[in-house]
Amino acid sequence: MHEISPASALALKICGLAKSFERPAVDGLDLSVPAGEFYCLLGPNGAGKTTTLRMVTGLLKPDRGSISVYGVDALEDSIGAKRIMAWVSDEPMLYDQLTPMEYLDFVAGLWAVDATAAAARAKDLLSWLGLSPYADERCGGFSKGMRQKLALAGALVHEPKLIILDEPFTGLDAASSRIVKDVLRERVRAGCSVIMTTHILEVAERMADRIGVMAKGRLIADGRLDELRLRAGASGASLEDTFLALVAQDREAA
Amino acid sequence: MSASGSLAWFAAHEARLAWRDWRWLMTRGRKDRAGAAALGFVAFVLFMHGVACMALSSSFRLAGPADAKALAVVAGSLALAFSAMLSQATELVTRAFYARGDLELILTSPAAAARLFAVRIAAIAATIFSMSLVFAAPFINVQAWLAGPQWLCAYLAAAALAMFAVACAVVIVGALFAVLGARRTRFVSQIVAAVIGAAFAIGLQFAAIISFGTMDAPRFAVLERLALDPDSALLWPARAVFGEPAPLAFMLGLGLAALFAVIGVYAPRFGGLVLTAGSQSNASKKSSPRQADLHSASPAQALRRKEWSLLLRDPWLMSQTLMQLLYLLPAAFLLWRSFFSGSGVANFLAPVLIMAAGQLAGGLAWLAVSGEDAPELIATAPVDAASVLRAKTEAVLVGVGVVFAPLVLMLAVASPLAALVSLAGVVVAAGSATAIQFWFRAQAKRCHFRRRQISSRLATFAEALSSNGWACAGAMAVAGAWLAVVPSVMVVAMLAGVWSISPAKATASS
Repeated sequence: MHEISPASALALKICGLAKSFERPAVDGLDLSVPAGEFYCLLGPNGAGKTTTLRMVTGLLKPDRGSISVYGVDALEDSIGAKRIMAWVSDEPMLYDQLTPMEYLDFVAGLWAVDATAAAARAKDLLSWLGLSPYADERCGGFSKGMRQKLALAGALVHEPKLIILDEPFTGLDAASSRIVKDVLRERVRAGCSVIMTTHILEVAERMADRIGVMAKGRLIADGRLDELRLRAGASGASLEDTFLALVAQDREAA
Repeated sequence: MSASGSLAWFAAHEARLAWRDWRWLMTRGRKDRAGAAALGFVAFVLFMHGVACMALSSSFRLAGPADAKALAVVAGSLALAFSAMLSQATELVTRAFYARGDLELILTSPAAAARLFAVRIAAIAATIFSMSLVFAAPFINVQAWLAGPQWLCAYLAAAALAMFAVACAVVIVGALFAVLGARRTRFVSQIVAAVIGAAFAIGLQFAAIISFGTMDAPRFAVLERLALDPDSALLWPARAVFGEPAPLAFMLGLGLAALFAVIGVYAPRFGGLVLTAGSQSNASKKSSPRQADLHSASPAQALRRKEWSLLLRDPWLMSQTLMQLLYLLPAAFLLWRSFFSGSGVANFLAPVLIMAAGQLAGGLAWLAVSGEDAPELIATAPVDAASVLRAKTEAVLVGVGVVFAPLVLMLAVASPLAALVSLAGVVVAAGSATAIQFWFRAQAKRCHFRRRQISSRLATFAEALSSNGWACAGAMAVAGAWLAVVPSVMVVAMLAGVWSISPAKATASS
């Protein structure tokens, strides 16, 4: 197992990260997320949020820049970084012909988690997420909410230190959303770090310790909600108003 | 402009979708390719007419009256065409039942869905007719040019056959649905389609091989030997092709009546069947309870176990693979005839096993390597890419081993040499097919298995050449012919050539 530096106070540190497709998607991004923090990354469509997170998780290779996860260089030692991370995308990718238990077994195997510990954890997670009654049914017939919850269970079964989620609440009903939020809060309380993108600003407002706002591939604002309000010159405003003001300011500055 | 929701409106909608699908297929969605696609189409049409010219001018022209020989040739062609049409139609009708696409939109709209389904059944008939024309039209045109315009009646006969085939297919799938239920129908109808499609062709090839030692040119002469009575009603479709008015009118009437009857009966029920199919395919299947039983040990073991579980639980994919194996039988039979006429069945089995192993490994390797439903999970797991590929290769080769090891063992009882050659052949054929799939891997969903041969024609071609080449080498080796080295070297050279132009080589070089 890779040694994680106990002195590493940052769950994620990104420096000068850049990625272009036909045009720059991420443009010299600098971002730091302290360990044990719930961090929400906001931004208009095409801001580069998902591209950033996909580079952090090793799904995309950056053109330049550096990524460090709990002190592990994610570009030099991608396996070491992956060992302590989990990724949940907006479109949960499951195997229709596997049952939730088999899926969790598979994920636990990929992360080489001890079978006994994984079994107990899998049962707890399924119970927690309300999936126990479906533990032995194949995933093919699951609803979007059930699939998203199972993908989250897969992300948690190997007890990552950093959970990265891309729009995890898309298409979830209120009950499922509540369960996912509770699980994420519990993980943060347990010392985990969570980085999440969302377009549901209310979720970010309620859950995030800090919020980052991206536009055109750069971080245009970063801080606690009250700090963002101050920066936007919108004291007492909702996150939605603050977010729109910050994006408008950036647009005017450009 | 026709009224919304009318038959004509739905027909226009379907025609527009079909046209755009076809255009996309030809141009891959790029407008700048339209010219090249049109040129390619014209070149293909000219090429096919050239082939038809050579084929028809070098053999008998069927210029005279409908004698027994001519009728036998045409009847054989029609029987072959009908089995292919029925097979395709069965598959298309099944797909229409299970495809979600725009059906939810249609079924939740106030428009009369029965009209849409009437149009769709007719559209399937039009599709089958069009598909048959790709190969039939050049021969009909050339025959009309060489032997007289009455041969243009073959177009009408083909249309009648297409309508009748679709009517039969709807009845077959509807009956399967009623008897087996929605869940099993998809699987069984796939097999039925494969068997129908293969049965006549394979049967004819076997007969041709037995009679003439080849499976190509003289196959219809086999029909002559059946010595059908020239007045037999079985020859009416052939007479229709010759332009005889009564048989032609009968065929057209039969085709139209069957199609309209099926539309009348099934179009109003189609919506219900589609909904049943949809709800069944969404329903969860139970697996044996194993809540407290996790096996997690190593990433490689987890990957192998996952691949095996998915392979065993996907009957659709297995049926596709079985279908490939079915089509191999005549070629293997011919190999046996060519090299071992007079020898035992053990020698016959060696090339069959080698060819089948190559085909099976190719299919399984595609599923394991390219058909990954959760690529991001694998990519974000702390497992290096080489380990993932190694585990998937092991899963494929063990799968092939499980299928073929008992057969090779049984063969060893009859002929140790044939078993030894088969073992070596199975290993190299499976290894070659798996390697080709690795070189041409392209991320896709497992459910896209049926499209795998379209995504890389080069890989498909190389896979077939490799399997056949190793089978040929195996056949020669069992015969004790040192010439077995020749096809072996050719396959290795072909594999080297394919590797040199594969995407994997390009990636490795960059």
